[in-house]
Amino acid sequence: MSGNPDPRQLSISVLRYHPQAPEDPPRLQTYEVEEAEGMTLYLALTEIREIQDASLQFDFVCRAGICGSCAMLIDGRPGLACRTLTATLSPRITLAPLPVFELIADLSVNTGKWMRAMSERLGTWVHYREEADLDTLEARMDPDLAEHIYELDRCIECGCCVAACGTARMRDDFVGAVGVNKIARFRLDPRDARDDGDFYELVGDDNGIFGCMSLLACDDVCPKNLPLRTQLAFIRRRLARQGWR
Amino acid sequence: MKVVHTDCLVIGGGLTGLRIAIAVRRRGHDALVLSLVPAKRSHSAAAQGGMQASLANVVKGQGDNEDVHFQDTVRGGDWGADQQVVRMFAHTAPKAVRELASWGVPWSRVRPGAREVMINGEQVTLNERDATRGLLAQRDFGGTKNWRTCYVSDGTGHAMLYAVGDRALAEGVPVHERVEALALIHDEGRCHGVIARELATGEIVAYVARATAITTGGAGRLYRVTTNAVICEGIGHALALETGVATLGNMEAVQFHPTAIFPAGLLVTEGCRGDGGLLRDADGHRFMPDYEPEKRELASRDVVARRMEEHIHRGKGSHTRFGEHLWLDITLLGRAHIERNLREVKEICQYFLGIDPATEWVPVRPAQHYTMGGVRTDASGQSRTLTGLFAAGEASCWDLHGFNRLGGNSVAETVVGGMLVGEFIADFCEHPENDLAYSEALIRRFGQREQNAIDALLASEGTEDANALRISMQEVMSDKVGIFRTGEALAEAVEELQRLLQRSRNIGLRYKSRGANPELEAAYRTRRMLKLALCVAAGALARTESRGAHFREDYPRRDDAHWLRRTLASWPHPDASMPTLDYEPLDVTSMELPPGWRGYGARDQIAHPDTETRQSEVDALRAHYASDGHYAAQAACMPFDHLLPARYRGRNARIEDTGP
Repeated sequence: MSGNPDPRQLSISVLRYHPQAPEDPPRLQTYEVEEAEGMTLYLALTEIREIQDASLQFDFVCRAGICGSCAMLIDGRPGLACRTLTATLSPRITLAPLPVFELIADLSVNTGKWMRAMSERLGTWVHYREEADLDTLEARMDPDLAEHIYELDRCIECGCCVAACGTARMRDDFVGAVGVNKIARFRLDPRDARDDGDFYELVGDDNGIFGCMSLLACDDVCPKNLPLRTQLAFIRRRLARQGWR
Repeated sequence: MKVVHTDCLVIGGGLTGLRIAIAVRRRGHDALVLSLVPAKRSHSAAAQGGMQASLANVVKGQGDNEDVHFQDTVRGGDWGADQQVVRMFAHTAPKAVRELASWGVPWSRVRPGAREVMINGEQVTLNERDATRGLLAQRDFGGTKNWRTCYVSDGTGHAMLYAVGDRALAEGVPVHERVEALALIHDEGRCHGVIARELATGEIVAYVARATAITTGGAGRLYRVTTNAVICEGIGHALALETGVATLGNMEAVQFHPTAIFPAGLLVTEGCRGDGGLLRDADGHRFMPDYEPEKRELASRDVVARRMEEHIHRGKGSHTRFGEHLWLDITLLGRAHIERNLREVKEICQYFLGIDPATEWVPVRPAQHYTMGGVRTDASGQSRTLTGLFAAGEASCWDLHGFNRLGGNSVAETVVGGMLVGEFIADFCEHPENDLAYSEALIRRFGQREQNAIDALLASEGTEDANALRISMQEVMSDKVGIFRTGEALAEAVEELQRLLQRSRNIGLRYKSRGANPELEAAYRTRRMLKLALCVAAGALARTESRGAHFREDYPRRDDAHWLRRTLASWPHPDASMPTLDYEPLDVTSMELPPGWRGYGARDQIAHPDTETRQSEVDALRAHYASDGHYAAQAACMPFDHLLPARYRGRNARIEDTGP
């Protein structure tokens, strides 16, 4: 970590709009920031708000790439702002809110509301057969299966896959790769009593797995590198088979 | 003003709050959760390494049970904890982890047969028993006798939060997102709910409830460098403090995590060291065995953090323009292990440092991590001074952790606290004497008071900048109320914080919107945080001993004779510039584990006059009941069953019965 005697000047342009103040039309506003070593977009935006513009809205929580709050379009591509080092970008950076989701203001969008609706619709919890007896040994599970479930359970509901999705731009009720991945996750889980017939009822239509056009930008942008492409293909094949029955 | 009614109002949508809401709903009452952010974005998700529960499945956990978990936790807390609460916790943790398993948490499981692990820098072969195939696996963590930490790779908190968050959805728990509680409504020692603000619109709303639970997590943002999320500002602590009635316990007990990435303060899990990772200095030397021959890298966090700072003070740190740091070496664990069990660590190193921890060392230095202090409650989670106010999880001080929390005990506490306190809140709601009885005038008065305070801030011609004040506070806290403390520096800190508090009464805003307004939020939060910071600094100044994470260079010994007592801070007068400190003695004569040496760290404590007598009593009781098994001996020493909800009193099964 050696010091840089000649730091870059960053021009960070932010697409700004407050739906609560519709008299001010959407506009790009540019802020000049001196780059610091190890600077992330979290640090840059926080500095802008603390020093230059107290009205700028954005969402950060963990600032460590695990909570999924800070997804935005970074030079047009969905990503997590908190773990994006400015050094990996050109000095002219453009930031915009994720599309598809309800805009709260500036870079802040209501992914929470969208994800909650998706979860309620798909029942993204283990539909267990009976309450466990907590005084006895836990039910056994194959170690590889547990790891496989965790692989899909790592989704942080950041919304990048939905923002990058062609179908989601056309169909308001499309469940997105995040939704299909949840189905894959619970389908894999032996604790969940649902079968392919139940999952077909949930996503066996054009707002579900058959709406996917296989453009697969979701797979490209997923910050957790979830195997979305595989899961989309797998669930489509499984539920197509179910549909033919 | 909009008024919302519910039975149990939960402030904070992390693991504890959600679990309380589920418990209350299951008992047939309404529960409503307020959360600053979507619940699944809560800081609970950041817990990486695991959750302690004495299941004793893996071979290195053989012989583990509630007794050992109890003793490790009391020792870890340097005898500051409430031992009955520790017993309740150790007893319920296995039930909590098994409940989560049934709710879908993909816990890592035992693979029978031989496996290679790193222990104390050497490769060791462990043979897992076939009988444990597919049961929950445990890893090693600091300050524990056995391997007890159940885990989901290193995304334990995430997996737990998603399972509990989705369970709350399944049970129809409403979560009001992006809502901030501003003040507790109370009169005559009874809490009636909160006045809250919708962050997106600025609307003030009253939430009226029979029981109000504070589950807002920690206050790491009092410090400049912390592993805590940006929302961990201690606002729940401050809500209780500002009533002037409720008290905060042991706010001076602040944990620093040994391995925060330098300089940003991002957490890398204790699981790195639990799995065999080593700490190295600028010369590449593994230094912890020099200081702590017993537990080395796996002494408790307070001890390891102090030893690291001590080693840096001796000139052994690596120098950078941001200061000095040491190294965490997990390269010896191998790529396969890292990519399977430490993948979040790998991602964080990759994105924030541009390094691969399978081949390179990670720069680390201790950073603020955990708030042992919290809203002082009894063993049921209820405030002793404000009826109807409950607290659980990191925001509470019921007091599980004493002066230092063991790794893996915090996520365990979130769900155990949620299960137990949720039941107690349901009990509370069922008593007719706790029916809502409030005057609408009271609600209006509190609502008006909060609206007026916000209007005054927006109209203020004040010249102080809230963000600048907050940064100054964080610097004072990090520089003078950190790992090593002295009376002189603490006195300066108190004085400087008082000046900042004074100045915070003259904050002016550049952005005057009544709606969403981050600067306005920073303004009212900073005022509250300054009061909390003063509770920490004043408590630390008054406590002239060293205990757990509270280390006084001028009073380096633990002093049970004078300081086996809990600090209680309150703020009776809103315009005061200092908290009122009071003390609550711990009763040695009823302890199951009387004070002694922790098994690591300093050995020269000053004994309490009752310790010796109590130790002989306990020894005699244990000898007398030796043939009746450890449950009988335990019950004779310090009964706790009666404190548990009836549904959670059953004994925990294990693959090998380690009981009588």
